[in-house]
Amino acid sequence: MLADGTPGLVRDSLGPLLEGTVKGTIPLTLISFAGGLVLALIVALMRLSPVTPVSWIARCYVSVIRGTPLLLQLFIIYYGLPSLGATIDPFPSACIAFTLNVGGYASEVVRAAILSVPKGQAEAAATVGMDYVTTLRRIVLPQAARVAVPPMSNTLISLVKDTSLASTIQVTELLRKAQEAAAPTYEFFTLYAVAAGYYWVICLVLSFAQTHLETRLDRYVAS
Amino acid sequence: MTGTSPLLQARAITKSFGDNRVLRGVDLTVAPGTVTVLIGPSGSGKTTVLRSLNALETPDSGLVRIGDVSVDFSQPFSRKVRRREAARLRAQSGMVFQSHNLFPHLSVLANVTEGPIVVQRRPKEEARTEALALLDRVGLADKADQFPYQLSGGQQQRVGIARALAIRPRLMLFDEPTSALDPELVGEVLAVMKDLATEGWTMVVVTHEMRFARQVADQVAFMDGGVIVEQGPPAAVLQEPAQERTRRFLHRIIDPI
Repeated sequence: MLADGTPGLVRDSLGPLLEGTVKGTIPLTLISFAGGLVLALIVALMRLSPVTPVSWIARCYVSVIRGTPLLLQLFIIYYGLPSLGATIDPFPSACIAFTLNVGGYASEVVRAAILSVPKGQAEAAATVGMDYVTTLRRIVLPQAARVAVPPMSNTLISLVKDTSLASTIQVTELLRKAQEAAAPTYEFFTLYAVAAGYYWVICLVLSFAQTHLETRLDRYVAS
Repeated sequence: MTGTSPLLQARAITKSFGDNRVLRGVDLTVAPGTVTVLIGPSGSGKTTVLRSLNALETPDSGLVRIGDVSVDFSQPFSRKVRRREAARLRAQSGMVFQSHNLFPHLSVLANVTEGPIVVQRRPKEEARTEALALLDRVGLADKADQFPYQLSGGQQQRVGIARALAIRPRLMLFDEPTSALDPELVGEVLAVMKDLATEGWTMVVVTHEMRFARQVADQVAFMDGGVIVEQGPPAAVLQEPAQERTRRFLHRIIDPI
């Protein structure tokens, strides 16, 4: 049974939860995803390197990131690093943890996407005089992007929801705001439902963006 | 062959892929303004020779010289030096691939201007004008704004030729340019190549088109088992081959069933 005051409670919570979304969840997602993409590209290129030690460093990195819980990675950076003398605030701690995590997972997406571009493309680029970096930037990555969008969207959408873990290290994001609003009233069901609604809307918007981007990148492919 | 010094010289090129010795010492000399056709059974190494001439394949040993750029692959290069030397050699020749390898995400025009603008840093307008002239030369000026997938196989291959010409190479390399095409599209590509030969381009062509070899080539080299078995003017190599292996190959090509 919901209490009589539920509609009012929902109305009163919309503001604070929106604030948690706009000031916490969204910037945390955007910063971590952007950083994660850069890291993913670096790790993927290292993994594809013909220099064995370089490729092994990348392999180990991906293995550690994928083989340990994200919550634990978050705790190591926020609660663990201070004992090594590095104290970092909650929000930057969360950004670092999520960036490192996305970087590990997304590097495999980037690697697969790069490998999906036929070898002849890089050869043709070489014959018109391009070096490694130019070939990557002008020829390989634009084609790899098309392949990477669906799995990368998965990574981004997962990240949106994973940022809720940051509530455990005092980051005032969406879930934390819902907890704060629910605590004095014990209306956990209602407030968590509102929070769920917010997450879902963000992910819906991202799904639309994904479809739009896929259509755009498909324009040079025979249908 | 005339008395002028050769434009291209390959000496004692060897190359192995694992245990497979693909090239066992190939020598090739090409005079400026001539067309050399490489023929031979599949696996004979003719494509590897062609790819060695622009360092898409790094020979294990041997020397390639085009004009005044010479790379001795017998030297123990570091990775970095090898890359630089390969780039220097590569800039001398334009390459046309069997599977065209056009950049699918770029328009036809952008495919042709990519090298001149991005790599050679030539002024955009100048590069565009020149690219349009090249597209006109291969009969595709009206396709400049299309994407490669909108063209037929023969048209794609002609764009490939224009793209290779656009970097202003000293000679043109063709790796089985018509092998992936439907039979009725072969002619339009060969016609463009014939025009280039007439204009005095130096060309090295790997092909199975014997009529092209007979009509256009100045020299034909027959390869088998990683060596050039026989070479000379087409009339000699194709009509009266001295080697039994050449005779058997030509017989199979001309009379396959």
